[in-house]
Amino acid sequence: MKWWRSAAKPPIDKLLVREKDNSAESELFFRRVLITICAVFLALLAVSGRLVYLQVLHHEQFTLLSDSNRVRLLPLPPARGFIYDRNGVLLAENLTSYHLEVTPEQAKDLEAVLAAIRERITLTDADIDRFRKLARRTPPYNATPLRFQLTDDEIARLAIDLYRLPGVEIKADLTRHYPLGERGVHIVGYVGRIDEAELRKLDPGQYSGSTHIGKTGVERSYEDVLHGRAGYEQVETNAEGRPVRVLSRTPPVSGKNIYLSVDMRLQVVAEEALEGHNGAIVAMDPSNGEILALASQPIYDPNPFVNGIDSGSFRKLNTSKNRPLLNRALRGVYPPGSTIKPLMALAGLEYGVVNRNTGVFCAGVYRLPGGGRKFHDWKRSGHGSVNMDRALAQSCDVYFYDLALNLGIDRVHEFLSRFSMGRPTGIDLYGEKGALLPSREWKRKFQKQDWFGGDSLSAGIGQGLFLATPLQLAYSTAVISQRGDNYAPRILHATQETGTRGTVLTPPRTLPPITLKNPRYWDAVISGMIHVVEGGTAHKSRSANYRMAGKTGTAQVFTLGQNQRYNAKRLAKHLLDHALFVAFAPVEKPRIAVAVIAENGGGGSATAAPLARKVMDAYLLDKYDPAMIAGIKPDPDTQRDGSN
Amino acid sequence: MDRISAGRLLKWIRFDPWLVLGLLAVSGIGLVVLYSAGQRSLDLVIGQSIRLGLGFAILLTLAQIPPHYFRFWSPWIYLVGILLLLAVMVAGDVSKGARRWLDLGVLRFQPSEIMKLAVPMMMAWFFANKPLPPRLSHLLAGAFITALPFILIAQQPDLGTGLVVGFAGGIALFLAGLSWIVMFILAGLLATVIPLFWTFVMHDYQRQRVLTFLNPESDPLGTGYHIIQSKIAIGSGGIYGKGWLNGTQSHLDFLPEGSTDFIFAAFSEEFGLVGGCVLLVLYFFIIARCLYMATRGADTYGRLLSGSLTLIFFLYAFVNSGMVSGLLPVVGLPLPLFSYGGTSLVTIMAGFGMLMSVYSHRRTPTR
Repeated sequence: MKWWRSAAKPPIDKLLVREKDNSAESELFFRRVLITICAVFLALLAVSGRLVYLQVLHHEQFTLLSDSNRVRLLPLPPARGFIYDRNGVLLAENLTSYHLEVTPEQAKDLEAVLAAIRERITLTDADIDRFRKLARRTPPYNATPLRFQLTDDEIARLAIDLYRLPGVEIKADLTRHYPLGERGVHIVGYVGRIDEAELRKLDPGQYSGSTHIGKTGVERSYEDVLHGRAGYEQVETNAEGRPVRVLSRTPPVSGKNIYLSVDMRLQVVAEEALEGHNGAIVAMDPSNGEILALASQPIYDPNPFVNGIDSGSFRKLNTSKNRPLLNRALRGVYPPGSTIKPLMALAGLEYGVVNRNTGVFCAGVYRLPGGGRKFHDWKRSGHGSVNMDRALAQSCDVYFYDLALNLGIDRVHEFLSRFSMGRPTGIDLYGEKGALLPSREWKRKFQKQDWFGGDSLSAGIGQGLFLATPLQLAYSTAVISQRGDNYAPRILHATQETGTRGTVLTPPRTLPPITLKNPRYWDAVISGMIHVVEGGTAHKSRSANYRMAGKTGTAQVFTLGQNQRYNAKRLAKHLLDHALFVAFAPVEKPRIAVAVIAENGGGGSATAAPLARKVMDAYLLDKYDPAMIAGIKPDPDTQRDGSN
Repeated sequence: MDRISAGRLLKWIRFDPWLVLGLLAVSGIGLVVLYSAGQRSLDLVIGQSIRLGLGFAILLTLAQIPPHYFRFWSPWIYLVGILLLLAVMVAGDVSKGARRWLDLGVLRFQPSEIMKLAVPMMMAWFFANKPLPPRLSHLLAGAFITALPFILIAQQPDLGTGLVVGFAGGIALFLAGLSWIVMFILAGLLATVIPLFWTFVMHDYQRQRVLTFLNPESDPLGTGYHIIQSKIAIGSGGIYGKGWLNGTQSHLDFLPEGSTDFIFAAFSEEFGLVGGCVLLVLYFFIIARCLYMATRGADTYGRLLSGSLTLIFFLYAFVNSGMVSGLLPVVGLPLPLFSYGGTSLVTIMAGFGMLMSVYSHRRTPTR
């Protein structure tokens, strides 16, 4: 009997006795248990369904997550290739050095840690500034360098207390070092820390482990050769990111060593010769385009740049009015002055405007037909009657005024372009400028003016709008010396896999030769250039040991008034004329072509030609001042095989 | 008796071989997994073996005691438990923001642990002499018996234990024959109470747990980290698992609490879906066997006690595996017989002991 159906409510104790029915209750319990067991089954089924969902349907996704949890790729940066000169003189190497790193996140109280470090080793404000700057750019769990080039003593002092300095580590690495310091800095360049802009452009696969990259010079131009190929270590890390074991390893491939075409002894001779001037000397082998020396003064020590030069020193270099950071050989643009005259003479011959015997009377002044402005010769008294040979030897301006006017700027532009005037020569160094070979179009476009006859006259003596780099002058001189055979200037002589002795020579980059209607035009101009040295403007620089052909130049820095005279004594140094000289030697079989520019040096014959002579003497006669080239010796460790 | 043979001893000792076999199987697998999940620490395994041994000893001891003793002691145990809970409220030790511990000088324990057994016992005791299905006044009394310790525990706060105690009482009501109408009304009531509960009763960290459960990725470094890493461990295990001792999530410390609350994830990572299903089947076997044993109870007390205790075991297994696989919120319940740790193991084994006592004394009613 069901209790809720009973009409009358019996007393409770009676109900207990009467209504308690064990078998019915057992049955009820059994039914409830059946329901429960179904519910349990369904609940556990739901869990196993969840397992299927995670372990079968999404297995790959979670495997990926699990692997990315534990597997890290640690980049192994390659060792950068060394740089040598053509004789194996070491120019750039990697030294083991120790630096101090701080991981801001682990340091907790960064200020306290920095102060604690400061108690133990010297830490300049510049170090701390640089550290903060770097730390801002990287996530706080990354180690940031604080001090470089720790001494053994400093390492010892820090090492004892390192356990008390959380997040502070002493790390060994390879630091780029330039053993010759400032020598050849404009060629070799330097490496520096990778900055943000570079980081965006770089292949992270190759650079994620690298901290440095070539910033200028060969270091920059041959970055891909020097850098090498990055390796990787697949490591398993725990939840704290600490590597537990190495899963696989792909070793890095070191960068190649580079042998430059430069002879460091000659480089030093050129730099020493320029000492006291701002300027450049470019010396190249005309028979293959190899740069033998590429001096630009002033020079500076690249070593401080490697780990970040402090801002004070940098400002001093950057704002100096001598502009030491400027590579004048490639990027200095100067009016070529009279050094352009051999090319003008060639143009005159090629276009039939003159022949080598055409005579012009020079009275020291030239007037454009139809009156107007007077154009003076550098020699106020005039040269009298001159032919091409004499005009070159004496650097007669009037002859070239007349020639330029008769040629017209269009033909001048066309012809000089073939000698790479107004455009880069294509040297394998970063940052070369094209300078400016004026043309009608250029003047209209940039000066919004028509071309006048006077402009042609100025161009004819390498003045006015005309600008050229020392490299362009050396290159065009080299082409003349080869009578049109044409090699692009280059600095890379050979490459070498690290750990081997064999080298791979870089073949000369032959450009299409410049052919003239009559090859004897070359002879006419070269003859004129020989007479520059032998009885002409550069006769004082004549050598008894070899024959040289050259051309002096004196470029005006400012324009004289119509009736003013140039008086060096009355002008400030920075307004003095630039002294230029281009030359090649020996004339019979040219082995070297040189361009010299000494800023505000005065006259080309007096100042520039003797500098070229010093370089040529050293190279052609193999005569070097032992004191000057002390320390410039082939590296005994890393010699390459004797046969190049 | 001249000789006591092993066979005769086994016959004399009251126990259910099927259930003991099931428990041994799960604990055995548990020890193997623990060795791996505990970073190959033998100390951990030995410690757990000792606890298991102690647990089985308690189980077998209790199985020998006739259930009418339990029935007699039920209200007293319950009363002492309630008093201890009140003592905790007044003089308990605070640890991790919760007042759960009672320090009696020599013994430091959580009285709430007692209630996991005391509530089913008390419920069974209360309904044992009432006609079933229960009438409303009895239902309310039963609800009060459950609600009192539940509230005392939940305010500590200890959501996990509170849940177990409340569930034990609720399941006792259900097994006692709670009418479906009442259940529907209660369900409706619950639907209205939960929002209020959410707003006024729950602590921030508990709310956060629920929210994190709903979207663990919302807080991947905080509360969600456990679940995300646990899901990665299970999911990356695949069908056959990474193999014993090869679990990377657990060995490299990505999986938090890998040898305690999250041991199921460590297990699933190494043994895969196959291992997980085997374990779930074993749990189902144990629960089904226990429920069968409960139906064979001589009277209401035995049946209700056995049923509630079984479902406490089920609750542990279900909530833990559901939590670890991201199906349920993170509630700190261990996986029974698997997770490293002592207290709950002892409680569960004691429960099985009483259950086995009810079954082995099924021909002797408790009255």
